[in-house]
Amino acid sequence: MNKSIMIVGVGGQGTLLASRILGAALLDCGYDVKVSEVHGMSQRGGSVVTYVRYGKNVASPIIEKGEADIVLAFEQLEAARWIEYLKPDGKLIVNTQQIDPMPVVMGVAEYPEGIIASLRAASADVEEIDALPMAVEAGTAKAVNVVLIGAMAKNMQSVSKEKWIEALKASVPSKFLELNLKAFEMGYNI
Amino acid sequence: MKLFLGNEAVARGLYEAGCRVVSSYPGTPSTEVTEFAATYDEIFSEWAPNEKVACEVAFGASVAGARSFCAMKHVGLNVAADPLFTASYTGVNAGMVILVADDPGMHSSQNEQDSRHYALGSKTMMLEPSDSAECLDFTKRAFDLSEKFDTPVIIRLTTRVAHSRSVAPVAERVDNGLKEYTKNPQKYVMVPAFAKVKHVAVEQRVIDQTAYCEKEAVENGLNKVEYNSKKIGVITSGICYQYAKEALGENASYLKLGCVYPLPVQLIKDFAAECEKVYVLEELDDYIETHCRKNGIDVIGKEAFTLQGEYSQSLISKVILGEETESLKADVNIVPRPPVLCAGCPHRGLFYALKQLNVTVSGDIGCYTLGSAQPLGMIDTVLCMGASVSALHGRNAANPENAKKSVAVIGDSTFIHSGVTGLINIAYNATDSVVIILDNSITGMTGHQQNPTTGKNIKGEPANAVSLEKLAEAVGIKNIIVVDPYNLAETKDGIKKALEADGPAVVISRRPCALLKTVKHNPPLKVNTEKCKSCKMCMKIGCPAISMKDGKAHIDFTQCLGCKVCSQLCKFDAIEE
Repeated sequence: MNKSIMIVGVGGQGTLLASRILGAALLDCGYDVKVSEVHGMSQRGGSVVTYVRYGKNVASPIIEKGEADIVLAFEQLEAARWIEYLKPDGKLIVNTQQIDPMPVVMGVAEYPEGIIASLRAASADVEEIDALPMAVEAGTAKAVNVVLIGAMAKNMQSVSKEKWIEALKASVPSKFLELNLKAFEMGYNI
Repeated sequence: MKLFLGNEAVARGLYEAGCRVVSSYPGTPSTEVTEFAATYDEIFSEWAPNEKVACEVAFGASVAGARSFCAMKHVGLNVAADPLFTASYTGVNAGMVILVADDPGMHSSQNEQDSRHYALGSKTMMLEPSDSAECLDFTKRAFDLSEKFDTPVIIRLTTRVAHSRSVAPVAERVDNGLKEYTKNPQKYVMVPAFAKVKHVAVEQRVIDQTAYCEKEAVENGLNKVEYNSKKIGVITSGICYQYAKEALGENASYLKLGCVYPLPVQLIKDFAAECEKVYVLEELDDYIETHCRKNGIDVIGKEAFTLQGEYSQSLISKVILGEETESLKADVNIVPRPPVLCAGCPHRGLFYALKQLNVTVSGDIGCYTLGSAQPLGMIDTVLCMGASVSALHGRNAANPENAKKSVAVIGDSTFIHSGVTGLINIAYNATDSVVIILDNSITGMTGHQQNPTTGKNIKGEPANAVSLEKLAEAVGIKNIIVVDPYNLAETKDGIKKALEADGPAVVISRRPCALLKTVKHNPPLKVNTEKCKSCKMCMKIGCPAISMKDGKAHIDFTQCLGCKVCSQLCKFDAIEE
């Protein structure tokens, strides 16, 4: 049975790198893997989504409503936007960070309150993570994506921790490796 | 084993096929093909000023005996259509391959055109891969077919193939060296007398290629027939094949067309005759469906599906099997999150200045198209690459009074692509038009490609840099003003002067893209909540780093790049370093 993981967030948060690390780790474990990315205009601060599918033989690279085993959300509102894509028994991992979308910045809409509670009401299995302070502690706010990968790694039996670390090493520049390994461990050990 | 992005797999195919010359203009979702091609030292790779130039470079290289290639997005093929239609007549010497990437669903495009019509129109063979392994394999096949049939060959991708990663097996590069060039005006000089003869050859080529698609292409797996349950038959190509396999598995039989021009007739007839109900699954236009109907093959197509957007496994299972997937719903008011100009984007200050001047803005294609979004809302029209400049001239020709309250905005790369011709027209046919070149020293929207104004080539090596000032001067523009868009007063003043000047004017709004790694930023700014009077002036520029928190302006330190455009708006000096 093929598995589907969605990584959602705001353009600029590093969702693409996260999906590449995940894809590389899964491939290294012997799975057939397809990763679908979005480039171009929607990367400019818009809502972004990346699909990762793996199993014995994967045909479609995309994930649709009700199909994701895991949704890894880098931002609260994005978690709510994409929860429809989660299987009813799937797992939602949500970073509690809030980034105001432009309608909120402009004051024509309000950032919804109580998102996490609503997500819990809609889905049984929600794990919330405050990844930003951890990333800052690891050395930079930019490492939020790696903290979240760590948190997801803990939830995936199909990939050993060693494989994750190898994939991380292959994907980040060596001068930032130590920082990223620290961020990964922080997410992994929550 | 590694995961290849579809575009990366095409580049690997170029390498393995012995391709020697690659020339492209960036355009999502095609850009990475050429970026990856440039990582192979054996390939001469370049960013051309536009797709027409790129296609002609590839033609010249092919005639000179080198396997050659150019890549573009769907709308880029409109620009390159001129060389394409006649290169179809001349044919090639060494193999020539053109890649076009369509964008169903318009993830990053201004229209949803279906490039398969170009293959049909120009009578040029077109292959369509469905994953990264086929991207690599079909690229190599395309060169062989180009030489076999003496024709350019087009590879058509769609976004989901170009921007998906999957496994692709690699092989060694085979480079057979340069083919000999022999002067042959009957083949390469397309004057009417020679072109008439070539047209006959083109029509014969289509017949020969169709015969190839019926038989040899099936034997070598380019066109593939897979019989499973014959209750449902699916005729498809590209990514729709993957969606169909996902949705229907072995409950359907498949005719997967790797070559979408020319299309076989007998092969489709035989397949359709074997199956009870036959569906054509293709995104965008009813291209394969029309071919089937024309040949009397009964299929179900667009009447059950759609001409708009992308297909998917769930759409296919819903329409064909009547199955729908259960999904969750959270009780949250989902606020839209449209793309925005980045924090620190130099375009923001420029658009704010334009807003203060209350001008009509003729827009163009690039990150700055986002200046159309609220709260700036400062773009009136966007059509295609370069149109800002020419359309402004048209606006001012329609009514000369418009000239004092209208401008065009165009990026550095887009200006070189096809804005400069419009500027020549302005100077020559004399309207008092004001063209603002947003020079951020890079091709931004497609992900930071060098261009002829940046002083670097595709490999990042030093290169000749076009001087925008001298270029504008050379075409006859006398009023040339350079402003820094981080300085709101200077920018507003500069544009005002240009609008008031006699004759046409060019304003160069110069400041490198804030995302460039070479750009150094100031530390993030902070709001002094004691001084902040909650007037929301700083929010009028639509910076994603600024929001209201507990009734006061708040700056997100993770986003702010310290550009200080907001602090110029604050009347209470509440925004501090």
